[in-house]
Amino acid sequence: MTAGSNLDRDRLRTHHRLMWRIRAFEEQALRGLDDKVVLGAIHPSIGQEAVAAGVTSHLTRQDVLLSTHRGHGHTLGKGADSGAMMRELLGREGGNCGGKGGSMHIADFSVGMLGANGVVAANIVIAAGAAHAIRLKREPHLVCCIFGDGAINRGPFLEGLNWAAVFHLPVLFVCEDNGFAATTRSRTMTAGGGASVRARSFGIPAVEVDGNDVLAVDTATAELTAAIRAGGGPRFLHAHTYRLTGHTGADPAAYRPADEVAARRQEEPIGRAAELLRDAGVPAEALSADADDAVAEMRAAYRAACAAPFPSAGEAFTDVQDAGDPRVEAF
Amino acid sequence: MAIVSYLEAGRDALAEEMRRDPLVWAVGEDLGRGGVFGQYKGLVEEFGPERISDAPISEAAILGAAVGAAMMGTRPVVEMRFSDFALCAMDELVNQAAKARFMFGGQTRVPLVVREPIGMWRSSAAQHSQSLEAWYAHVPGLVVVCPSTPADTKGLLKTAIRSDDPVVFMEHKNLWGLAGDVPDGDHLVPFGEARIVRPGRDLTIVSWSAQVHVAAEAAGALAAQGIEVELIDLRTLWPWDKTRVLASVAKTGRLLVTHEAVAVAGFGAEVAATVAEQLGPRLKAPVRRLGAPRTLIAYAPPVENAVRVSASAIADAACAMMGRH
Repeated sequence: MTAGSNLDRDRLRTHHRLMWRIRAFEEQALRGLDDKVVLGAIHPSIGQEAVAAGVTSHLTRQDVLLSTHRGHGHTLGKGADSGAMMRELLGREGGNCGGKGGSMHIADFSVGMLGANGVVAANIVIAAGAAHAIRLKREPHLVCCIFGDGAINRGPFLEGLNWAAVFHLPVLFVCEDNGFAATTRSRTMTAGGGASVRARSFGIPAVEVDGNDVLAVDTATAELTAAIRAGGGPRFLHAHTYRLTGHTGADPAAYRPADEVAARRQEEPIGRAAELLRDAGVPAEALSADADDAVAEMRAAYRAACAAPFPSAGEAFTDVQDAGDPRVEAF
Repeated sequence: MAIVSYLEAGRDALAEEMRRDPLVWAVGEDLGRGGVFGQYKGLVEEFGPERISDAPISEAAILGAAVGAAMMGTRPVVEMRFSDFALCAMDELVNQAAKARFMFGGQTRVPLVVREPIGMWRSSAAQHSQSLEAWYAHVPGLVVVCPSTPADTKGLLKTAIRSDDPVVFMEHKNLWGLAGDVPDGDHLVPFGEARIVRPGRDLTIVSWSAQVHVAAEAAGALAAQGIEVELIDLRTLWPWDKTRVLASVAKTGRLLVTHEAVAVAGFGAEVAATVAEQLGPRLKAPVRRLGAPRTLIAYAPPVENAVRVSASAIADAACAMMGRH
């Protein structure tokens, strides 16, 4: 662990709070699944919160973030409102997408979060294009694209990284490697040296970190984003983490031994951050208050979402497109 | 009015829109050298390589990058070279471009144009000749444009670039050299407004793209036999001009729809079904569709020609519908 003597206690405390907010949001969402009010599939990132916290702490509001189907943490980190996000998961009015997207399409353009995506790797080329637009408009911002280890075996990974490198675009690619591509161990389906090796083959500087060490993620992202902002072109962060839950809320993850999960639970990022903070003199009550506050926030978000109405059926016909009338009976 | 070619009309439309709006840019393979057919000739000299951008042979990245760039407020015009190659970018077009506005609850628009040259040309065989416009008409969120003349190419491409919807713009490769009048000034053609190519009282023929010219030849031959065809060029398949088609068939009582694409599940089926539903009892003859057989397009001319819907086939079908044999 990168617990230097010059530990920035306030910064780590901020990470601790955000990681707890992400954890509490997803645990609440899983209870919502049990309650049958979260309606579709949700993909929890429990155990992976340090990647979201460390990476998004270096993004400004004007920077752009694109995420994956496992994107609640990234979205919260970019500054989206938990109440609107919970409403989206429940398919209610007032959700970020008006209840039309759900967990897999959660997005908040007002904070530069251009969407989770239901298709693995799809956002990699979209992120390259967002960066292309930033360059065309001579804006100083950068684009961050987070994807999983499964994504590196799809074509858009190759095409998007090559594009960003050829056009020297301001993109931070983040491979959030939780070891599993859906329910298959990704190393059994991935040839060669993996994500970083592939990134370097395009000439994109890549850094590998312990993705459960929020300070390591923070420090690496600081260096990579500084290089991008200095006009250095794309950079790549490969963060190794572990998904403590199944692929979806409905997946018991029986394909891996219980002792493996138990061992990895000992390395989960919130506990590690809390240990550092305790060692640095932060009282235990303050740390448990971070957890309690997060749980209270998400409970309130959940209660408000449960009380919110569903969108009207007429929303099926709004925001389809400007041209033409989508209704069958349209004439 | 000026006489320009179908190819030049597209180039002029893009140049005019790029002069008008600095956020319009084009990206695709070989654009810096004028594009595979020369549709971009001279543009890099005027607009520079950032706005007339070359691209790697990465269709998914070309279209995917356009989605990202469009959501960030620019207006990319994407060149796919041949519509057949756009199939390498179907996720980017169908799952991303077409859906982003709706699934993000109206938070964004995807104002991109994807140019996909279609159709049989000369001995281009199975992977460079297809007409897949019906696929896109089936996808909510997309606009589908199939111009048949230089004037429409210019006016519809300008409208497409100004549209906030993703537009599939399908030029026909066999029409690049076709010359025609193009109105001067800021010539815009709206989506969803069909063109009456020739008026007539006996039978309505609906078509689009290059097949309009085949149908026009048939209509000329039929006129010599005293059959007055009303020929309608749909120009856009989504939205499509039901009003004009139904008004025409209400007058003539007969509909023949013809396209170069495979007949099975072609867009002609949509037109025919709509007319049958709306006007069935008033029809003087059953609706007819003429499209390609459900086989592949070959290289050798006699085999290639076997799948073309000819002017004489159209005329024969029209005569049969009129009760003449």
